[in-house]
Amino acid sequence: MVGQPMSTAKEQILARVREAIGTREPAAPIDREYRQSLPVNLDQFEERLQDYNAVVYRCKESDIKRTVGYALDARHKTKILVPPDLPLNWLPLHIEFIHDEGLTHAELDVMPGVLTACTAAISLTGSIILSHSGKEGRRALTLIPDYHLCVVFASQVVETVPEAIRSLPRNRPVTTIAGPSATADIEMTRIKGVHGPRTLDVILVS
Amino acid sequence: MSIHVGESEHAPAFAKSAKILLANTQLRRNVRRATDIIRGKRAKVVGEMPDWEQLRESAKQIKTNVLRNLDQYLEEFERNCTKAGGHVHWANDADEANRIIIDLIKDQGHNEVIKVKTMTSDETQLNKALLAEGITPFETDLADLIIQLGNDKPSHIVVPALHKNKSEIRDIFIEKMGLKDLGHEPEDLATAARVYLRERFLRVPVGFSGANFAIAETGSVCVVESEGNGRMCVTLPKVLITMLGIEKIIPTFNDLEVFLQLLPRSATGERMNPYNSIWTGITKGDGPQEFHVVLLDNGRTKVLADPESRSTLHCIRCAACLNACPVYRQTGGHAYGSIYSGPIGAILTPQLQSMEHSQSLPYASSLCGACYEVCPVKIDIPEILIHLRRRIVEDGNSPFTERMGMKAAAYAMNDSGHLAAAQTLVKIGEPFQNIVMSAWTSTRDLPPSPKQTFRQWWASR
Repeated sequence: MVGQPMSTAKEQILARVREAIGTREPAAPIDREYRQSLPVNLDQFEERLQDYNAVVYRCKESDIKRTVGYALDARHKTKILVPPDLPLNWLPLHIEFIHDEGLTHAELDVMPGVLTACTAAISLTGSIILSHSGKEGRRALTLIPDYHLCVVFASQVVETVPEAIRSLPRNRPVTTIAGPSATADIEMTRIKGVHGPRTLDVILVS
Repeated sequence: MSIHVGESEHAPAFAKSAKILLANTQLRRNVRRATDIIRGKRAKVVGEMPDWEQLRESAKQIKTNVLRNLDQYLEEFERNCTKAGGHVHWANDADEANRIIIDLIKDQGHNEVIKVKTMTSDETQLNKALLAEGITPFETDLADLIIQLGNDKPSHIVVPALHKNKSEIRDIFIEKMGLKDLGHEPEDLATAARVYLRERFLRVPVGFSGANFAIAETGSVCVVESEGNGRMCVTLPKVLITMLGIEKIIPTFNDLEVFLQLLPRSATGERMNPYNSIWTGITKGDGPQEFHVVLLDNGRTKVLADPESRSTLHCIRCAACLNACPVYRQTGGHAYGSIYSGPIGAILTPQLQSMEHSQSLPYASSLCGACYEVCPVKIDIPEILIHLRRRIVEDGNSPFTERMGMKAAAYAMNDSGHLAAAQTLVKIGEPFQNIVMSAWTSTRDLPPSPKQTFRQWWASR
């Protein structure tokens, strides 16, 4: 076509890549001799979360509602944001629950905190993983408010990173959280709390 | 092709910059203190992993495989990202990439962008290009914010403001944020940054990020960070633009299980960094509804073309080699004249950029091997440094004195008579060596020459 470049940047880059690679060797299988899975250590998970200054509450499934109330009272929260599909039987009566019905970012910014479930957790690294289902809410929900209370079931906790990665959905956004937001940019001193929620509490249900 | 690596083409030779920086005792103290802390933390959390060597080996094999089949993985990534609602652009060099990004922002009538820390945009000097077109970039990583407000340059790949201490940072914040008062502790400075950036996070409609990993199998992108500024930039804006070097591709989603173990422990000495964001195209009702990826070459295919130094492209930018390097720990990052400093910078910058601008860098090393020991993807940096030195010599670009010295050595050692004469000359010349060899002896001692040569001793036995 008149006026068109001889070839696109894509074609040029791919041509250079192919020339650089030269004769293609068949791909060898990757050795994966690292630890794939280990028995879960729930106490270690709790300790790792505490390392990140998270407060961890442990309770039975029948006690979730009471523990949610207790955790929110301890943080002096009288109302809290919840994602659309959070089980209603987790919600104690004395707390005001605000359902996310398309709140704007500015509206989220004045919320006192958010209560969610999670998709998986990793004991070895103290990580909680969200895949932003209806029980976890869209990404902004657990990002803009300054406080996050997360309910983790013991059955969701795995020991290693590989076990967690393999269990994740492939078609949804994923956020992994290891403690509240932090930085070590100033003199390598870890400072808790920059832009994400500055306080993370966890209810571990077993 | 206009390949730029920051402003490194205008940088003076390493030895010249290093000499000036070595006189800055405050900077050396800051760099030493910070790298000591990261090294200690890294050693502790790496020591916890009995399978560290197996992880390194797997990472190396994955990266080797990616580079051998890079064209296929790039096309697979493009296909899957597009299927998920993303738009993929290709850029031969820095200028092309900047042009694509500027056009995307301008076409929508926007003039502001919030940015997550990305070395790749420092490489293309995106901020300068944006400003020239009337677009204001806001750096949101705390260290990058310090650099941007202080009109400074990054001196470290992971902690770009590592050369600044808290009182220097406080001064910058007070002046540039227009604050009347500000506490002295790191917490006070972090809070100031939170307040300063929050309004911008909520308002600015365009986000820009780099990527730590791009997954061919799913078309997903992964950003690894600590502060939450990354989550803000990839979640809140209407439009998200992500630029990544073509070597950032990994084949499968499961390959993350290797790199998400190696990177945080190597980079910041954490078992896991506070936040990882992984997203695939666009998600209805969650996050930006328009997503663009710019795949950048900017010299990477040149690196790929040399099988002996190709593994430079394995780098996951953890900066463990900087923290371990006895040269970096003395000079800091600015001496390298490139946004990529330390051992990895010494091999990456000269390969991306034509050698003439950065041929001093492969010599900025004592070849002690500490960088290879800590590299999570097993890049044999000392071997590549030697390889690049050879390329410089073969291109006839070695220093005149070195060329003459090597010629003289070859002449002397090719013939026993020549050698005996040379040995006599060395003995006679010894009192004058500090004049003749001043470039060497100004910072080092030459050992005294022996009373008799081996041949003399043998003959008198």
